[in-house]
Amino acid sequence: MPAVEATTPTIRKTALNAVHRQMGAKMVEFNGWDMPVEYPSAGGIMAEHNAVRTGVGIFDVSHMGDIRLAGPGALEAVQHISMNDAARLAVGQAQYSALLYPEGTFVDDVIVHRLSEEEYLLVINAGTREKDFDWVRDNTRKFGCAVEALSDDFTQIAIQGPKGVNLLQKLTDADLSTVKFYWVTRGTVCGLKNILIARTGYTGEDGFEVYIPADEATSERVWKEILSAGKEFGAVPCGLGARNTLRLEAKLPLYGHEISDTINVWEAGLDRFIKMEKPEFIGRAALEKAKAAGVKQTLVGLEMVERGIARDSYKVLDEVGKDVGYVTSGSPAPFLKKNIALAYVPPALAEIGTKLKVEIRGQGVGAQVVPTPFYKRPKKN
Amino acid sequence: MSYPADLKYTKEHEWIKVNGSSATIGITDYAQESLGDIVFVDLPKPGSEITAGKTFGTVESVKAVSDLYAPASGTVKEVNGDLATAPEKINKEANSTWMVKVTLKNPDELKSLLSAADYEKFVKEEGGH
Repeated sequence: MPAVEATTPTIRKTALNAVHRQMGAKMVEFNGWDMPVEYPSAGGIMAEHNAVRTGVGIFDVSHMGDIRLAGPGALEAVQHISMNDAARLAVGQAQYSALLYPEGTFVDDVIVHRLSEEEYLLVINAGTREKDFDWVRDNTRKFGCAVEALSDDFTQIAIQGPKGVNLLQKLTDADLSTVKFYWVTRGTVCGLKNILIARTGYTGEDGFEVYIPADEATSERVWKEILSAGKEFGAVPCGLGARNTLRLEAKLPLYGHEISDTINVWEAGLDRFIKMEKPEFIGRAALEKAKAAGVKQTLVGLEMVERGIARDSYKVLDEVGKDVGYVTSGSPAPFLKKNIALAYVPPALAEIGTKLKVEIRGQGVGAQVVPTPFYKRPKKN
Repeated sequence: MSYPADLKYTKEHEWIKVNGSSATIGITDYAQESLGDIVFVDLPKPGSEITAGKTFGTVESVKAVSDLYAPASGTVKEVNGDLATAPEKINKEANSTWMVKVTLKNPDELKSLLSAADYEKFVKEEGGH
């Protein structure tokens, strides 16, 4: 296990980098960012994961990017570049969506927030920040709206888990009981006025993401106040390791894995978030054709039934050992206590209960297609 | 982290404890700490041959897959069966949780391994801490 070396001399750091290091986080390079992967002081990935499922966990997700579109043509612009129907958004509402290439494959997946009448905020992935911004700017020129990269303006902190609402309510004057899942509000947080508070996340739990000013002193103060306010709920700091296992249990796609510039919306099974009744958006025409042609591969959930852990890019074999697909994300699932994976396989092998194998170090290890998401949070009464 | 003086170490972070012509092999405290929560160990069957410097198994944490390298050549006599169901033992007690017991083929190989002091110096340089 050699020490991780920066792949570029300009590895990026969030405003909380020094705080993570002080707290003893194990750091890794992720998409050009120096990020905490786990906090041994919090018990590591499994403990962090389970804290989010049963209590609350705090994540620095400032590596995520943000693009603001504002002006009279903002809605038209968002409609043109994204697959979901932004016209359905009330002010203060958010939706999961994606930016598509003309081929119907993914530029990125995004959360679109409608902040005011003519103002939208796209929250985008860290590894695709520059590409996404260029794409959005280049494809919205003919609409009357300003496109602004706000990625470096925010420290984004995610407060995730069933107790997240209790924790954040201690620190804000906004009435969080009135903010539904995938809605946003503004309020004073830790004494900072007019902070964007979104009830969103990437863990499969209830939770919030707050967008605070990105200066180091403010970021550190807010991070520490959140952790300290969370003590009574057992709040722990969490790294990207738990973020990944949490999103995998909930079957939330990760760019470069379940979705990419070579995978289309039908294959990824994101039908629920695409609105083909919208007359026009980039990728629509290709997807109409692709739908008629049918998919060659489809995303399924696998559970290992024999001893072994499927990992990203391992081969999927059929029962007689023929190569039929590949794993996009695979890991032990800390809450479910099973070894799970997402994989692309031909539709004929996608039925629940289909017996497959995952090739692990040259051996076919038994797996089975199971319903997804692997984990669904309990409904509130 | 501790590195007992009666063990010998590899630069790939295994330890070996020699007792006459037989030995036990495990991974170091530094290795378990770097890996994080260990969830899976894949070990050779009794009777298999292992070769110094070559992989003989795999250890997996939630996040990572890591090969195990044999500190010395030999024949596997016994495998620690507890690790199939309780691999987290390695996180708790890396220095005393052996993975395989082997009959050594060529005890001279042990001379090239690191002492506890040398290993400690090596990980300080490698890990930057």
